[in-house]
Amino acid sequence: MRFVFKKSYDDDIKLFKHKPQAFYYLILLILLIALPWLIDDFFLGEATNVLIFSIAGMGLMLLVGHTGQISLGHAAFMALGCYLNVIMMQKGVPFIISLPLAGIITGFVGAIIALPVLRLHGIYLAIATLAISVLSEDIIVIAERWTGGVVGLVAEPINIFGLDIDRYGTPVAFYFLVLIITLLILVAYRNILRAPLGRAFTALRDSEISAQALGVNISKTKATSFALSCAVVGIAGALMGHFAGAFNHESFNLILSIQLLLMIVIGGLGSIHGAFFGAMVVGLLPQFIAITRDSISGIFNLGSVPIPGIETASFAFILILIIMFEPMGIYGRWLKIRTYFELFPFYRKNMFKRQKSYLKTERMK
Amino acid sequence: MSLISLENVTLSFGGLIAVNNVSFHVGKGEVFSLVGPNGAGKSTVFNLISRFYDPKKGDIKFEENSILGLRPDQVPSLGIARTFQNIELFEQSTVLQNLLVGRQRHRKSNLISEMFFAPSVREEERRHRHVVEEVIDFLELQAYRDKYIAGLPYGVRKVVELARALATEPKLLLLDEPASGLSLEETNDMIYWIEDIKNQMGITVIMVEHDMNLVSSVSDRVLALADGKELAIGTPEQVQSHPKVIEAYLGKSGEKT
Amino acid sequence: MDFWQLLISGLANGCVYGLIALGFVLIYKATEAVNFAQGDFMMLGAFVSIWLTNSEYLGLSFWLAIPIAILIMGILGYLLDLFVIRKMFGQPQIAVVILTISLGFILRFAAGAIWGHEPKLLETPFAGKELHIGSIVLGFEEVAIIIVTLLLTLFLFLFFRKAKLGLAMQAASQNQLAAYYVGIPVKRIQSLIWGLAGVVAAVAGILFASKGAIDPSTGLLGIKAFAAAVIGGFGSLPGALIGGLIIGVVEPFASFYLPAGYSQIAPYAIMLLVLIFRPAGLFAQMQKKKV
Repeated sequence: MRFVFKKSYDDDIKLFKHKPQAFYYLILLILLIALPWLIDDFFLGEATNVLIFSIAGMGLMLLVGHTGQISLGHAAFMALGCYLNVIMMQKGVPFIISLPLAGIITGFVGAIIALPVLRLHGIYLAIATLAISVLSEDIIVIAERWTGGVVGLVAEPINIFGLDIDRYGTPVAFYFLVLIITLLILVAYRNILRAPLGRAFTALRDSEISAQALGVNISKTKATSFALSCAVVGIAGALMGHFAGAFNHESFNLILSIQLLLMIVIGGLGSIHGAFFGAMVVGLLPQFIAITRDSISGIFNLGSVPIPGIETASFAFILILIIMFEPMGIYGRWLKIRTYFELFPFYRKNMFKRQKSYLKTERMK
Repeated sequence: MSLISLENVTLSFGGLIAVNNVSFHVGKGEVFSLVGPNGAGKSTVFNLISRFYDPKKGDIKFEENSILGLRPDQVPSLGIARTFQNIELFEQSTVLQNLLVGRQRHRKSNLISEMFFAPSVREEERRHRHVVEEVIDFLELQAYRDKYIAGLPYGVRKVVELARALATEPKLLLLDEPASGLSLEETNDMIYWIEDIKNQMGITVIMVEHDMNLVSSVSDRVLALADGKELAIGTPEQVQSHPKVIEAYLGKSGEKT
Repeated sequence: MDFWQLLISGLANGCVYGLIALGFVLIYKATEAVNFAQGDFMMLGAFVSIWLTNSEYLGLSFWLAIPIAILIMGILGYLLDLFVIRKMFGQPQIAVVILTISLGFILRFAAGAIWGHEPKLLETPFAGKELHIGSIVLGFEEVAIIIVTLLLTLFLFLFFRKAKLGLAMQAASQNQLAAYYVGIPVKRIQSLIWGLAGVVAAVAGILFASKGAIDPSTGLLGIKAFAAAVIGGFGSLPGALIGGLIIGVVEPFASFYLPAGYSQIAPYAIMLLVLIFRPAGLFAQMQKKKV
């Protein structure tokens, strides 16, 4: 059983609880840096894909997991970031400026949209954001002059300080580019969470009224959360555009919005780890299905008939299992297992039991 | 000079007049209690001061300035803090995290400095935690500091609610039924704490309470309300023996109970 | 096309949207949860009835197949609540939302796996028949849709207002703990509601498939039904129908008068406007939380 003895306020504030924890993450970092030399280019591409989804997951997690606002429309902001980035690059803006700029502009657009939309709660907010995602698909087609309409756009080649970075040509460089961006966003996210703004976010999630009575400006804070979320997701969208090479309005459809939400729920709502775990599931699921399908059709002699939609259906099925049996997500289960070993043999089964609340209607006639 | 004053405040919900032409003022350093049967409008007065409702008529002044133009989230920066009758704590956070949210009104950092966790933000954090630790010491919550609210007993939650309000370093503290649901020992603790809040911290307190023991122990003055109207105002003894108050609680003398 | 044709056709479509929206509102009124898979229930109801009555499958008589299909869907709704949704008892709203979204995906996949992805039409005894009113020619199905929808809505409205079971359902949705105390079997009522929603969805599916071709992804028009429920206000049964009718009527007129591409966004644009300016919908039921 580990006991952490804190001697100063900094012990609470700092990023790692104790030396061993910092050590484990250091090992993880070294592993990530060494990855290109451990696996081949195809799997490196898959890892890059997982990282891009992690960025998107972090963006959505800030809004949904930490600020408690549901969004079924974030693919629209991925699309915005993606198209903005490519359009700027087409006009000659270097990648190193166009990427953050695309994120910032997407963030501003998010803030503007947030002001009317975040006044809604619960199911209404879900439906409004759903509408945003559906509308964005049509708006992209209508704005054909800039977006190429149904045909879509091709991602411009990236060139940073003379170094050409291409997903197929130089996969290692692309991987490191995405890794660096992921780490930067991760650090910023953790910093916000340990600062007053992060606490304001979670206060909004748990009780808007008392947050307000303590001085949290509800609309401003919600808008900030939404803006940050959209900015990060916009950056993820831009990277996804480069990863895919070409994209159109169907690349960022409602299904993607829903998948992002399902992803962070599977990973574990309310924790940064959840974004990464969820991204791993999304990234690795197609491979897993391919492998099991081959072995199953081998047993039953079905032949290799591709079943359309099986990936989304399996993903949905995993989510149903998670929601029913482990609502805290993959990270939640990991937390329970780790606590079990940390507290051994004093672990009690109901330590993480969530308070069940009986329904009391929020409608008052 | 009065710290806060309500002048001819009236509020109605549709046809129901919740607060009917109520006026009172509270001096600095006073402990002022609002008593009355349920539905008298006491919590409504608090919600008016917190700016959750707009009065139909009348004015509310804090330090001689009207506060009717403020949003609810601007009220804490004046130095007004409150607790809620039905505990509104952040269930999925620890006691410490709840108290730290109480420091929001003292936030000096902005988004950019927080994203990079600049040294100024770190300094601020240390200061916030120092103040919160003092509140924890005062209310003897050390054992619960890192526990999640969701698992805490009711009495402890009431104290945490008080602690969070104190963490804002207020000038005026609004306590909404601080002793409701508490045992005799816990209520006695509350009496001592409110006395210390008044005498050691110099904080002005307005309290809505039903427990007359608590009210008469700590209050300087009491206002009795019924059906949104003022019944009597004065010292606890004066109000308790006032015929109108007795009538409101017990019915007219001569009637069988 | 003639104005009246557009109108009646729009009304008929609107009735289908309204029925799906009715399913949403039923479940919301009873459990404050929203069933994002309601559109896919409708799709499933249509496919089940196609499977029962179409000649390429079981080929049963239409008038036999329809009640069976409705019954199957009702039982399915009941079982779904019994085995899956009930596990969500006590969890926050968002859990059921996400659960039903996933359910929708699975239903779509299952329908595609069983019946394929080719659009299919339900064989009805009145296919191709027409009604002549003055100079207007109406499809028999369209009139049937409108009449059935109105009757069903009226029945449900009265059911919730007057019938003991309906009142019990309302009570369970307003305060579960209190409902338990007065002896209302809350969990069983919840399952009954889901069964009822399944029935309504089946009716919607049958009506829709009799008029237009249906394929597994048709359930996605449940999203338009959302817009209908929102416009009508989520707690109101007649509101859901009216919202559906509004959208159903706006659509053909929008595609007729607006440039291509803009007509599709009309329902969602209207919905967003309603959400922003009159968030409680036309028949408001939600107000601020009292502390």
